[in-house]
Amino acid sequence: MIQPLVPKTVPSIVSRDPVVPADSAQVSLLAERLSAWFGHFQAVRDVTLQVHRNRVTAIIGPSGCGKSTFIRCLNRMHEVIPEARVEGKVWLDGWNIYEEKVDPVEVRRRIGMVFQKANPFPTMSIYDNVCAGLRLNGVRKKSVLDAAVEESLRLAALWEEVKDNLRAFGTSLSGGQQQRLCIARALSVKPELLLMDEPCSALDPVATSKIEELIYRLKERYTVVIVTHNMQQAARASDYTGFLLMGQLIEFGPTGKIFTNPSDSRTEAYITGRFG
Amino acid sequence: MTTGAVVMAGASLGSRRVVNSVMFSLAATCALVTVSVLFFLIGYIAWHGIGALNWDFFTQLPKPVGETGGGMANAIVGTVKLLGLASLIGVPVGFFGGIYLSEFGHNRLGFWVRYAADLLNGVPSIVVGIFIYTIVILPMRQFSTMAGGLALGIMMIPIAVRSTEEFLRLVPHSIREASLALGVHEWKTIVFVVIPAAFRGLLTGILLDLARVAGETAPLLFTAFNNRVWSHGWLEPTASLPVMIFTYAIAPYDDWHRQAWAAALVLMLLVLVVNGGTRILLPRRRMRV
Repeated sequence: MIQPLVPKTVPSIVSRDPVVPADSAQVSLLAERLSAWFGHFQAVRDVTLQVHRNRVTAIIGPSGCGKSTFIRCLNRMHEVIPEARVEGKVWLDGWNIYEEKVDPVEVRRRIGMVFQKANPFPTMSIYDNVCAGLRLNGVRKKSVLDAAVEESLRLAALWEEVKDNLRAFGTSLSGGQQQRLCIARALSVKPELLLMDEPCSALDPVATSKIEELIYRLKERYTVVIVTHNMQQAARASDYTGFLLMGQLIEFGPTGKIFTNPSDSRTEAYITGRFG
Repeated sequence: MTTGAVVMAGASLGSRRVVNSVMFSLAATCALVTVSVLFFLIGYIAWHGIGALNWDFFTQLPKPVGETGGGMANAIVGTVKLLGLASLIGVPVGFFGGIYLSEFGHNRLGFWVRYAADLLNGVPSIVVGIFIYTIVILPMRQFSTMAGGLALGIMMIPIAVRSTEEFLRLVPHSIREASLALGVHEWKTIVFVVIPAAFRGLLTGILLDLARVAGETAPLLFTAFNNRVWSHGWLEPTASLPVMIFTYAIAPYDDWHRQAWAAALVLMLLVLVVNGGTRILLPRRRMRV
């Protein structure tokens, strides 16, 4: 642990005043004073952050800074872990997903997620993996499923590689292909927003660059939030970057500015590789 | 840790090779002992049982005392009926109990259910027999297949619960999260994603459980009792292979001893066939996560 870098006061780059639900033209999602706990350990501290529509927002920070926890709060996946707790609000087009009556299942249908480690369903074929979300939500019509599978696999840049082999097990693919399969699976239910939790951390450089290209193309249709501990990746792939340290959002802004002219010394220390 | 470090630092390549080969042979010997006990048992029973095994054994009722020949058709059917009834009780209770423990049992109730299952697993089988004798046989004044099946069913529950729980827990959390993140309800995730991923394990656990109670004799002595003729329906005493083996093995007639060996062989084959057959029939699924 680097002692001098521990924030003593809460730095605020975003207004602490109650935030009005987002301006829907540009802002797709807004986390407002979000805090998250595992039991008594607070992993995310009072984070307020805007996610811009059809843009890629990267969350960077050293290991254990709470970036994965933060992104998991955005589609109510944090609470899946026993003893986990969230406070604060997350606005999706003016709708607070943490309101009492909201069904987390509904939230997750609108906000998809791709995980750090590719996790295709082990008992399912490539085809079944991609359409699992639709099938398990009641879509039965074969023509609809066929179309969704092809469209999702094309979007995930995997179609050409697997189109003759859709009946093979999803787990028979290579690591990079499995991760693109998982992206296709997440896209098949047509979410409004795609959260990616270090999607390339288990992949080699070739597979990584494929996923990055994919992210770049995805923003034409989707809003993407990506967690990464790879700063080059954040610099290459994102439009906005937020820097988290020990659960606090230290700085947030356009990626170009964060990487060339950060306003906080801790951000500068991190991106120049002095710690992390 | 310290010892290991000292050995590493102080040992020459030669002595490390010696330690390696000693440890390897030790492990291999233990593995061999385990397997050879099983094969010796199967071989010994087959050697003694095969001679008395004939068509009559499967089709005839036991002959009256003093006459040679006859078979154990009623005991074979009795065992199948008892195991069927036991499965009807033990499998659903164990299966759903295991799902509860694995998916929702991270609480005080889960702790107590787990504890109770482990205690029940430790209860001697004869105690289960006496328990059923007291609450079913005494009021009904009648030994019955139903009571026997009930006793065996109770014996199946703890292992079914714990093996189901363990195999469901082996399914990686990431798989469940993948499904939940698609906006799939938790129950659908369990039914269509988690259980299929663990299916072979779940089945293996249930079959081993069934194999275990198939050989139980003690709980049947007080419940299903025995019968030298056909048992009709569920409310009459019935013969079963384990009880027949017990009865015939301690009787003073050579012919009965031969038939006891044959019954042991049939019981063993029944378990092996059910176990092996199901595994062969089910497609092997890839489980690389």
